[in-house]
Amino acid sequence: MSRLNIELPGLKLKNPVMPASGCFGFGKEYSQFYDLSELGAIMIKAATAEPRFGNPTPRVAETSSGMLNAIGLQNPGMKKIIEQELPWLSQYDVPIIANVAGSTEEDYVKVAKEISIAPNVHALELNISCPNVKTGGIAFGTIPEVAKELTRKVKQVSEVPVYVKLSPNVTNIVEMAKAVEAGGADGITMINTLVGMRLDLRTGKPILANRTGGLSGPAVKPVAIRMIYEVSQAVSLPIIGMGGIQSAEDVIEFFYAGASAVAVGTANFVDPFICPTIINDLPELLEQLGYEHISECTGRSWKKHESPAYHRA
Amino acid sequence: MMKKEICKILSRTEIAADIYELIVQAELVREITAPGQFVHIRVSNHWDPLLRRPISISSYNPISKQMTLIYRKDGKGTQMLSEMRAGMELDILGPLGNGFPVDEVSAGETAVLVGGGIGVPPLYELSKQLTAKGVKVIHVLGFQTVAAVFYEQQFEKYGKTFIATVDGTYGTKGFVTDVLKNIQFDCLYACGPVPMLRALQQGYPDQKVFLSLEERMGCGIGACFACVCKEKDDPSGTSYKKVCTDGPVFRAGEVLI
Repeated sequence: MSRLNIELPGLKLKNPVMPASGCFGFGKEYSQFYDLSELGAIMIKAATAEPRFGNPTPRVAETSSGMLNAIGLQNPGMKKIIEQELPWLSQYDVPIIANVAGSTEEDYVKVAKEISIAPNVHALELNISCPNVKTGGIAFGTIPEVAKELTRKVKQVSEVPVYVKLSPNVTNIVEMAKAVEAGGADGITMINTLVGMRLDLRTGKPILANRTGGLSGPAVKPVAIRMIYEVSQAVSLPIIGMGGIQSAEDVIEFFYAGASAVAVGTANFVDPFICPTIINDLPELLEQLGYEHISECTGRSWKKHESPAYHRA
Repeated sequence: MMKKEICKILSRTEIAADIYELIVQAELVREITAPGQFVHIRVSNHWDPLLRRPISISSYNPISKQMTLIYRKDGKGTQMLSEMRAGMELDILGPLGNGFPVDEVSAGETAVLVGGGIGVPPLYELSKQLTAKGVKVIHVLGFQTVAAVFYEQQFEKYGKTFIATVDGTYGTKGFVTDVLKNIQFDCLYACGPVPMLRALQQGYPDQKVFLSLEERMGCGIGACFACVCKEKDDPSGTSYKKVCTDGPVFRAGEVLI
């Protein structure tokens, strides 16, 4: 019996590990390394209504145990994604979570409506938290009332469950989570990147052409854990957790904090095999820790619970 | 086909000020298809520094499965790489990207290979392959100063080699473009800093010119969209090329630099 299968709104996952949006393109590159059907799901790169080039380069800068990126939601536009990328992905037995982005409410609604019809799209991830675009994106992710309203509008048109991706760049993330729950969200994904900056030693100026970028990688993991710990106790929505995951141990920690599934982002750039490696490592780790199923780990940090089966025996 | 492989370091030598030559043995060497391809190296098994380092392949031998990598110690990652010793293992992803098109010149024609600083290494294998097919090769290599000059004798084996240094401490004082003024050629291949590539693209609009670009990279395999550049003459403004997978070598005029 599998220790790893998970059911979430719209999603029947063989395992709870999926690549995070923006870190996996539309899967083609990684399909050269392994069978994408091994993954729990795939969160594809953000789709906007029209094609976007994104920001000027440099777009990445390394930091201690992390990296800053300011790609700027470069993507070929929803039409090409629906007509080319999604049909290509349909050769794999893996549910797709489509990341939806925009500059205006109309944009989000338009993309959500169109992309949610695609047969292999099982859920949407509403991107209200990209820190690297001038308009929209993060603006929708920092004002609770705006986030709630956008969630409600997108829910009205989406054919599949809607997960809202929360930004950590807020004073009170619980308030944001409650707002999207009130707007009708089916789940939450968190966290997006933290806004940061690096300066060039020689010129004194920002390294990134966009000046600021989103911090990701192992450096942000404690922030993600703390935020999931808070949000999972305040709302009754399932959480797909992300932020610096690079091992099976990290996955368990995210579950303890309150996640029901996880996404791996930046680590894909370092080790293209990271997702299958983690999936492969999880059963043995669960065995060692005394869990029959990974779902027993969700919320252990705050739940009043019995000891795991191993300790009971 | 690219591979991720734990490779063995055979030797590591400092060949000029902060310039290191690393010879590694790897199965993936057999997958290299053209000079100018690169590898993406993880310098430690820990997660700091986090990202891999793109390093160009300066020469390779598919029979012995050895390749030579030349890099400049310039930051935390390459500093760690410079401390590696023979016998140690290295996590390498590659070969990546599209290299220089050797078929663009024929036997009897003249190719000029223009390198700037740490852009010089991939031209070495290119020179080897061009001369092997009977192309006359001329090298124009630019460096900051005499202490940074490397591989002059190696290049001399294959063709006339001109050196320029910015401070005039060796060879011609000035830039590679100063030396190039007096040279006739059928095809030009270049790798080096962006201002140099830009000058070459503008200076020879009617000739066959191939440029190897450098850009900060994330994944190196085309997934992260960190190293994109715009296509030239694109009215929509949204078409692009990725330096890692569409390049790093482009025909001059193909992309905006």
